[in-house]
Formats: sequence, C-alpha cells, structure tokens
Amino acid sequence: MSLQPDFQSHQGSNGFFDDYKLVEGVPDELLDVAGNVRPVWRELVGVLKSIDPDDMTHRISIGRQYLRDAGVFYRHYSAKNTTERDWPLSPIPLLLDETEWQSIREGLSQRADILESVMADLYGNNTLVRDGFLPARLVSQNPEWIRPLVGVKPKSGHFLHFVAFDIGRGPNGKWWVLGDRTQAPSGAGFALENRLATTRIFSGLYPQSHVHRIAGFFKSFRNAMLTLRGGDEQRAGILTPGPMNETYFEHAYIARYLGFMLLQGEDLTMRDSQLMVRTIDGFQPVNVLWRRMDSMWVDPLELEENSQLGTAGLLGAIRNQNVTMINAIGSGVLETRALLAFLPRIASEWAGRPLKMPNIATWWCGQPREKEYVKANADRMTIGSAYTTRFLFDLDDITVVGGKGDVDVHGSLDNWIDENADTLVGQEAVKLSTAPALEENRIVPRPMSLRVFLARTESGWVAMPGGFARIGRDSNSTELAMQRGGSAADVWIVSPKPVVEETMLPQPDEAFRRRAPGVLPSRAADNLFWLGRYVERTEHVVRLLRSYHLRVSEFDSHNSELIAYLKVYLEKMGVLDFDEQLPGFVTNLVNSAGYAAGQVSDRFSMDGTLALQDLSKTINQLAQSAKPGSDMARAMSVILRKLSGLSGLIHDNMSRFAGWRFLQIGKLLERAATTTRLVEALTSPAAPAGAWELAIEVADSAMTHRQRYDVATNRSTVIDLLALDLLNPRSIIYQFREIEEHIGYLPGSSEGQQLTPVRSTLVKAMAQLAVLSPDEIDQDRFPVLMRLIAQFSDDLNTAYVR
Amino acid sequence: MLYNIRLKITYDYQNTASSSRHVIRLLPADLPNEQRLVAGTTTVKPKPAEWINRVDFFGNKCVETAFHKDHKVIVFSTEARLNRFTIGYDRERSAVFSNLPRNIIEVRDLTARSPLHFISASSLVPLNGETAAYAQQKIIGNPPVFDLVCAIGQAIHDEFSFDPKATTVETPMRDAFIGRHGVCQDFAHIMISCLRGIGIPAGYVSGFLRTIPPKGKPRLEGADATHAWVSAWCGPDLGWIEYDPTNGTLVSNNHIVIARGRDYFDVAPVKGVVRTFGRHETKQSVDVIPIEN
Repeated sequence: MSLQPDFQSHQGSNGFFDDYKLVEGVPDELLDVAGNVRPVWRELVGVLKSIDPDDMTHRISIGRQYLRDAGVFYRHYSAKNTTERDWPLSPIPLLLDETEWQSIREGLSQRADILESVMADLYGNNTLVRDGFLPARLVSQNPEWIRPLVGVKPKSGHFLHFVAFDIGRGPNGKWWVLGDRTQAPSGAGFALENRLATTRIFSGLYPQSHVHRIAGFFKSFRNAMLTLRGGDEQRAGILTPGPMNETYFEHAYIARYLGFMLLQGEDLTMRDSQLMVRTIDGFQPVNVLWRRMDSMWVDPLELEENSQLGTAGLLGAIRNQNVTMINAIGSGVLETRALLAFLPRIASEWAGRPLKMPNIATWWCGQPREKEYVKANADRMTIGSAYTTRFLFDLDDITVVGGKGDVDVHGSLDNWIDENADTLVGQEAVKLSTAPALEENRIVPRPMSLRVFLARTESGWVAMPGGFARIGRDSNSTELAMQRGGSAADVWIVSPKPVVEETMLPQPDEAFRRRAPGVLPSRAADNLFWLGRYVERTEHVVRLLRSYHLRVSEFDSHNSELIAYLKVYLEKMGVLDFDEQLPGFVTNLVNSAGYAAGQVSDRFSMDGTLALQDLSKTINQLAQSAKPGSDMARAMSVILRKLSGLSGLIHDNMSRFAGWRFLQIGKLLERAATTTRLVEALTSPAAPAGAWELAIEVADSAMTHRQRYDVATNRSTVIDLLALDLLNPRSIIYQFREIEEHIGYLPGSSEGQQLTPVRSTLVKAMAQLAVLSPDEIDQDRFPVLMRLIAQFSDDLNTAYVR
Repeated sequence: MLYNIRLKITYDYQNTASSSRHVIRLLPADLPNEQRLVAGTTTVKPKPAEWINRVDFFGNKCVETAFHKDHKVIVFSTEARLNRFTIGYDRERSAVFSNLPRNIIEVRDLTARSPLHFISASSLVPLNGETAAYAQQKIIGNPPVFDLVCAIGQAIHDEFSFDPKATTVETPMRDAFIGRHGVCQDFAHIMISCLRGIGIPAGYVSGFLRTIPPKGKPRLEGADATHAWVSAWCGPDLGWIEYDPTNGTLVSNNHIVIARGRDYFDVAPVKGVVRTFGRHETKQSVDVIPIEN
C-alpha cells in the first residue's frame, strides 16, 4: 500500500511524514485503512507538518532536559553491569479518542473485577480448581501462589487495589489484553513524568485543554489509600526494595507526589501482630502499604529466607487483618502467563461475564490437546514459560518465537515441548498496530503497546486517563521491551470539547490545609546524618590537601618539616597516595555521600542530588587531569566551591523538618570532630613551626583571626579561635551549641524533663570548653573531647535510629 | 507404643542479639490413626515478648516467638507423651507406576495433603537429571508404586554411607547425592528428588526415631536426635506411605511425626530472623523413651 491520497496531499514542507505509510497486515493508530489521517490525530498532524525541524529538536531537548532535572532515569541491566540511562521518551504522544477510551476502560474494569474474584477463589474455596476451570497443577506448581496466605481474607475485603494491563491493538483493529499486572505494577510515576515532559515539548502548539488530565487519578487513589487506613492515627506508606531497584526513582517520586512515607523492609518491624515503622519518635503503626516489592521478598521468616529486603513476621499482620497490602501478597499468581489460556472460559462460565476485551490467545502445554496444537502451529507462536509473570515482550532464555529461539531444544522442538510440557505456554505471535515515532526528522510507524492503570476507589475502579505507551525500536513487535531499546510515549485521551481540569493542588473551594511534616523513619534520619558527616569530612580533607599542595608548590627549606608533619597527619586519617593525584579517599567519601542521598531520595531535594552528582563528576575529571603542586591546590579550590554550593542548596531549599536537622547535626558533629583533631595535632608541642598558621588556614579562619587578635598567631589564639570562640562558626564549641539547638526540636527532648543521654553527653562535651581560658586547655583535653563526640554519636543512634 | 519425649535446642549467639523472631515446630503431631498426643508442651527461655500459636499450610502446629530485648542464649524445648500406633500399608491398593501420571492429573484438590504440592522442585529439592536417572534404573517392568518407593529407598540405604561428618544442614542435596553420603536430612532430600524426578509425589517428614541401645548397654540420656524420612503418594486408593531411607525401612511404631512438608524448609524445627552479627552455636538433645508397649 503506497498511495494515501488524503494524507499525501497534506504533507507539509518539513518532510516529517514523507516516509510514513501503513505497514502490511497491521492497523495504524494515525492512519485508517484507506490511508487517511484519523480525526483525533488531525490537529497534531497539522502541528507536526508545519513545525520547523530545528524548533522541534529544540523543544525535544527541553523535554529531555526536564526529565534529567527531575532525575528520571531507568536502570539498564546487562550481563556485565548495571547502568543508569536517560529515560527513553518518545516525543510524539499516542492519541486516543475519548469514545474508544471509554470502551477500553469498561473492558479493563470488568477484567479487574473478574481477576479479583479469581484471586479470592485461589486463596479461598478453590472452586475454580474443584470444578475444572483451572488445572490444579497450574496453581500448586506456581511460585506466586503463596501457601501461608491460603485462607487469609484481606482486611479491606479486597485483594486488588491498583492494577495495570498491557494491551495492544491486533490486526482486526480490536484491543487485546497482552498481560495482567496485578502484583506491583510500575509505570504510573513514569506516566506522570512523560506527561510533564511531553506537555513542555508541545507547549503553545496544541490545545491541551482537550486532553484529559491524569492528576485527578492520583488524587482519587491517594484518597482511597487514606480511607483504607481507617483513622488519622494510622499511617500509609510505600514499600520499596530500595535504590538498587530498576524503578526506585518512581517509588521515591510517587512517595513525594502523594505525600506518603517511602519505606524499606528494615524501616518496619512487627509488634504484637501490628506492623510498625521505626521512626525517630519510636514505633508508629502502619496499616496501608503500597508495595513495590514482589511477594516472595516481603517476609524472610515465612517466605524467601535470604531476603534482605523484607520484614520478619510481616505475614502475621496480614493474617490478623492489621494491614492492607496494595496489592495483597500473593497477587502475582494472577500474572501467570498460562492463566490467560483459562480466563476467557472462567469469565464466561464461572463468573458469568464474558470478557469485554479478549486476551491474547494462549495454550497451556500441560494439557494434551493444547500441547499438540502448539506443536502443530509452532511457527506462528511465541512459546515460553507458563509461570512467568514477565511482560510479554521481555523475552527470556527459554522463549521460542515462530519456531526459533536460543533454547537448547536438543533434537526437535516437538521433543522439547514434550519434555517440558507443564512449564510451557504457546501464545499467538501478535502483530501490533503501529504508532508514529520521530526518528531523525522523520516520523515512522512503530509497533506499540499500551499500559493502562486502574485504581480501586470507594465507587469502584477508576482508570488513569492516559498511561504509558511502549514504542518499538523497529518494525518487529518483539522489540517493545525497554531493556531492548524500546521507548515510552505519553498517551493523550482527546475529547471533542474542553475537559475540566483536575490537579493534585487544592481546589479553590477546598479548605486550605497544610500537611503536617509527618514522621521521619529512623533509617532516613540515619542516612541524612551520615550524608552530613560525609559532606563535611570531604570538605575537611580537601582543605587539608589544598594546604598541603600549596606548601609543596612553595617548597623551601624551612617548611619541609611542616610538610612532613602534615603528610603523616593525613596518612593517619587514611588519606594515602596524594602526592601525585587526587586520593581515592576523597572519591570514596563523595560516593558514600551519594549512596546516603540515594537512600533518601524522597526527602533530599533533586537539586541537592544533582549538585552531588556534579561534584562527583568534577572530582573524577580532576582526578584525571590535576598535576601535583599548585595545579592540585587550584583543583581543591574548585571542589571547595562546589561543596559550598551544595551546602548552600541544602541550607536554602530543605524544609526545616526533622530530616534537615539530622543532616545538620551530622555536619556539625563531623566539624567538631575534625576541628578537635586538627587543633590537637597542630597545637601539640611536637608540631613544627608554621603549624598554628596552618590550623587557622585549614579551619578557614584567617580573616577572623586578623580581626580578633592584634598579636601574631600563637597557641593561645589558635585554641581561643578554633575551640572556644562562641562567635566563630568554625569553632568546636560553636558546633556543640548549634547541635544543642537542633536537639531541642527532636522528639523526646521537651523542656523541664530529665536530661536525655543525648543531651547529657553534649552538656559534658561543652563543659570541657566553656568558661575556660586557652591556657587552661591542655593537650589531654582533646582525647576526652573525641571520646565524648563518639559517645554522642552512639547516643544519638540509640535514641533515634536503633 | 507409648513414649515420653524430650527435646531441647539451644541457640547461643556469639554477639548479643538485639531482637529476634522465630517460628518453631517441635511438638509431635496429633494424627488420627497414626499417633495420639496425650500431653505436650513447648517452652522457650528466656520468656519471649510475643507468643503466637498457629497451624501452617501443611497442617503442622507451629509457634511464633519474638524477643525485643537483648539476649544471648535461647533455649527451645518440648516435652510430650505420645501414643504411636503400629501402622501397616495395604500394598494391594497401590497404583501401578504407569497409571500414576493420570491419577495425578485427575486430582482437583489443593488442600494440605494433595499430592500436587509434592510433584515439582521445592526450595531445597532441585530436580535434576541425575537423581531422576538414578531412580529410573530401579524401575523394572510396571511395578506397583509402593514397590518402587521401597526399592528406591532401599537402594539409597544400601548405596549411600551414613556419615555425619560429610555434610551439614547447609549442604546442597546435589553434593550429598554425588558424594553418596550424608545424614537423614540428605537421604530424605535425595529420595524426594528421585521420586519426584520420575513422577511420584514425595514429601519430607520430620520427627523422632526410637533408638534401641546395643544389648546389655543402658540407653544414654539425650543421645537421640531428631530424624527425617520421606512420604510418597501411591495413587488415590493407597494414598501416602512413609519410608525411612536412612534405615531402609517403612515407618512403623518407632517413628514419631513432628511435621510434614515439601522439604526441610517447610518443617525446620527452629527458623529465625535475628538481629545480630557474628555466628551462633546450636546444641540439640533428644530423649525418646518408650514407657510401655
């Protein structure tokens, strides 16, 4: 098919559509069978035809920049390593007509209801198995059928609360379900970000007022989660496997967006069958968890015992109906690929509701007749694992497509199927509709599948009007998986008339309500505390290195002793090999800071994270390029400027909630410790000439010193300025005073109470310095201070973290 | 046969544990027509902060305990009086081997004793060609499943050496199989893998074995150990039989059942998640004392 009169005649001057044509045998989203542009696309096609290619490129770069600034990336796994890659946004959205959307929504709501009943039966009376609708083996051999929860009813009365479906349009133009995502579907957060980025790309070009907003969907789901809590004292959270998960970004993003705690397994503990979160204010009950972790990993006591991600005993809270899991543990069983073979009959005969939207034709080889059928038709099938819960196009090592695959099918395919019959399904090799994608100033048709999200609210299932379209890399439908280079497009549900705007922001008629800061999980507090310590420690080491290299570059005979002394001092800290290069010690510190920040990305600002990344990049570059001596000293100054930029960002942009206080306490405590050690070493009788000036220089107090003392630097002025001066923000006592103020805002330290261990240690530390004159501070006092500082760190840990 | 049974398991942590949670399955089971638990208690010292009684999927009684304060030693113990009946199996009712696949497909039951839970690989019992090939050799003609189970159990007893030094609780089944050695847990796992490998549903039974001291010697206190053997499904008529490959015998009134499952993972006497670092030591002492016939 090459002539599409209507379409060709309207081709614009930029040539974007010159190569766009129908692909043999499959429908196209943009063009109808006659090659005419479908009505819902007309306006956008008009925009795309007339846009200047450079303008489009510029707009796309703005969209991509937005995603990078928002920290949207995805983790790519390969045999060798794991890398973070730019989010593969396909800039052209997928447009769907409101009426068509209506029928998709109805079909999928019905399917969600049927799956809910199937789930209730699989964990209840097992009538599906008893009455022959489902082979018993398919359940008993299924790793996602979680035996400890058989017979356990969910607290909310429902197993499923948030589900997704992968759907595609087949050759006959109808939508087909390709897979059910009932365990912990990802992508809703990415859909939001795709929307924000795509809106930026088409800003001012397309009337957004006709496109359904998706924020309202999140608002409804948030309300549903809050309702499930049953009481304001109870809490809702999002359970994540942590930063190493491929969609961790999304977990943190959604937690921030919805205002729920982002929790890892170790944040939680069980107390008398109630799930609790460890916070800086003690254990607090949690009874709604939106889990983004697969069932097997949530409880090492009863499920996967090697799980480092779970919470021991968590199933007890489910058994006692003390927590609502979104979705119920064990709901992964519904994702089983082989279930697709039985669902049509289950729907029509068991549930009495024939499927409004069919699913992809599937045959389980565990049945003799079906097995023979698959063998006879293998050339037009995808044959793969019966129990897999993966996305249809995530081909694994046992997938055979159209009779070909990497499987070691020793002998013939037939033998292979016979030998593994129970574990295999055949699925009709689908040809999916094509949708427009922009590739190097050409719009080309690419296969497409759609992920649609549904959330349960008090009034039933609500669908996100939009979603997440996967666009293939080339014309082959099996190349849809993002790990294989596919991309993701926004989905616009277009209405003929303007749609009422809904956002997460309060509406004018809603009462203004400021959300309370909420509780701070202990683990988050700990990570923020260490983030503060690492950043401060980096600064200290870099200052020492700068002073060192400055002296090396100005080498003369009378500072050789000081250089040697400083070198030993650095080496004692563990900083090695710094004469010729930037030591690994510094890179490690920045990496540790990055790790701590990554653990709390729902609480640490995106700008802060980017600043840390930038710092790390700078350090890596300088590690390559800086030469010893004055060049190295200059490099250190560059790093110090970046560090102060980072501190400024944190100081200006983080809300003064408890999390910020832990970060500050970490910085202050680290500065108290490094300064104590520095003063001890450089005021020691063993210190060579020039040590006092060096102390003042490293502590960045040279100017203050000139202002405060009219004598040359001596031991007394060093101690006075760096240990005792209440006004010098670099002095030891200043750090203690600041920490004391922060402690006052933390739980459990209200006025008039007995001194907590934390405060008592701090008071002891201050007593070592307060109301003393420099001459009264002898060298023995510094080790005492160091012990109290370590003690304080332990006390803080005991009080708020353990 | 009436027994008094005592079992004590001690966990000694090298470093103090700040909290811990355990699931324990120590008490002999009460099973109609097999054994009757006359009296029995489980105790844990020090006293746990939480104590939850429940029954697991396979019908085993278990206790979940939790400690929230520092502890260094935990002692789990049980004392029971139990009447174990002499059981015999009606070999005539066994399915023949060639009918078993159809018998299994016809099962529409997912309750605890359904053979369908026991046909595929489980946490500690992988299915590999090696164990299946080993079992395959024992099939002569089309025997009753009952005979085949006994033949495979007997072969393991004859061809494998009992060697407590050769394996630990952590040794993978395959290593014990290749080495042709191990203890009751290894032999049970190997036999299960053999049976499942040729399509016979097979499960794991944990329990006690009455040990009979050499003639003229007194029974040594605490010298017994917990034991493990295999259950195998011989078709819908005969159902489950139990075979002890360590001793090359069908179970009778010397075997006392604690718990049944797919493998050791489902029935471990003590299973826990402990907040500590460093290692721990465990000690076990068991007394199985027959008091009357």
